[in-house]
Amino acid sequence: MLPFPILTFCLMMMWMLLNGFTLGHLILGSLVGFAAGWALASLRPEKPRLKKWYLLPKLAAIVVVDIFRSNFSVARLIVMGKKRPNSSGFILLPVQTENPFALAVLAVILTSTPGSAWLEYDSRNKTVLLHVLDLIDRDEWVAMIKNRYEVLLLEIFE
Amino acid sequence: MMLPISDFPLWAAIAVAIFLLLGAILTLIGTIGFLRLPSFYERLHAPTLGTSWGVGGTMVASIIFFTVGTERFIIHEILIGIFVTVTTPITFMLLARAALHRDRAEGDQQVPHKIEVSGTRDPN
Repeated sequence: MLPFPILTFCLMMMWMLLNGFTLGHLILGSLVGFAAGWALASLRPEKPRLKKWYLLPKLAAIVVVDIFRSNFSVARLIVMGKKRPNSSGFILLPVQTENPFALAVLAVILTSTPGSAWLEYDSRNKTVLLHVLDLIDRDEWVAMIKNRYEVLLLEIFE
Repeated sequence: MMLPISDFPLWAAIAVAIFLLLGAILTLIGTIGFLRLPSFYERLHAPTLGTSWGVGGTMVASIIFFTVGTERFIIHEILIGIFVTVTTPITFMLLARAALHRDRAEGDQQVPHKIEVSGTRDPN
């Protein structure tokens, strides 16, 4: 009946957010949601398995705060201009997980955070090449990403 | 129906102004950085100011303004935030990998090499 309940629900909510919360749009939005759920099911994608979904809000809160902080530190670096020493550099980050959903979320987090950029994932060596704008201590960065995000992601997805 | 501007409560006006300025200033700084940072990989970082709290601040200001102004709960701006956040990494990685590929092909020493299967060469 409902192959992807979360997708169907999200599409329905999106439909109603865009068109208004009325009974008519609830029905129309549900139709769109159901149709999209079945269409996706016929593609047989790999289903994400959320083990501890209740940790997602915690991860989201950490990420919003980190993005806010790094916005200001990067803004300060740009405003300082040529007066600052050039401290950018590459980092090779080893990642434990091979779960594509966990990797996708990690990529979104690192890309949305100004100051760190996800360049390339190597599935054979399980490493990610990152570029960091304000690189002072390489090991500290790796430890920070592992402790703040990867531990939570591993708990959520594996 | 929008409230007339004179009936708009002060606290909401202040909140809207703060968030709108925050978003606008961060986006502006990001754009300046995009223009002025020296290398391609450093320039990659600058526009993410606009796609993270630049869009976030503007979004929050818009939500407060229309929710208070029309006296109805309006939060569909949040969809913009979600879609911008989820789609940015795609173009971003495309650009980054294209740059890496070119720099490696040209033998740029500053860019880490592709790691071979057998060894784990340090990128530095």
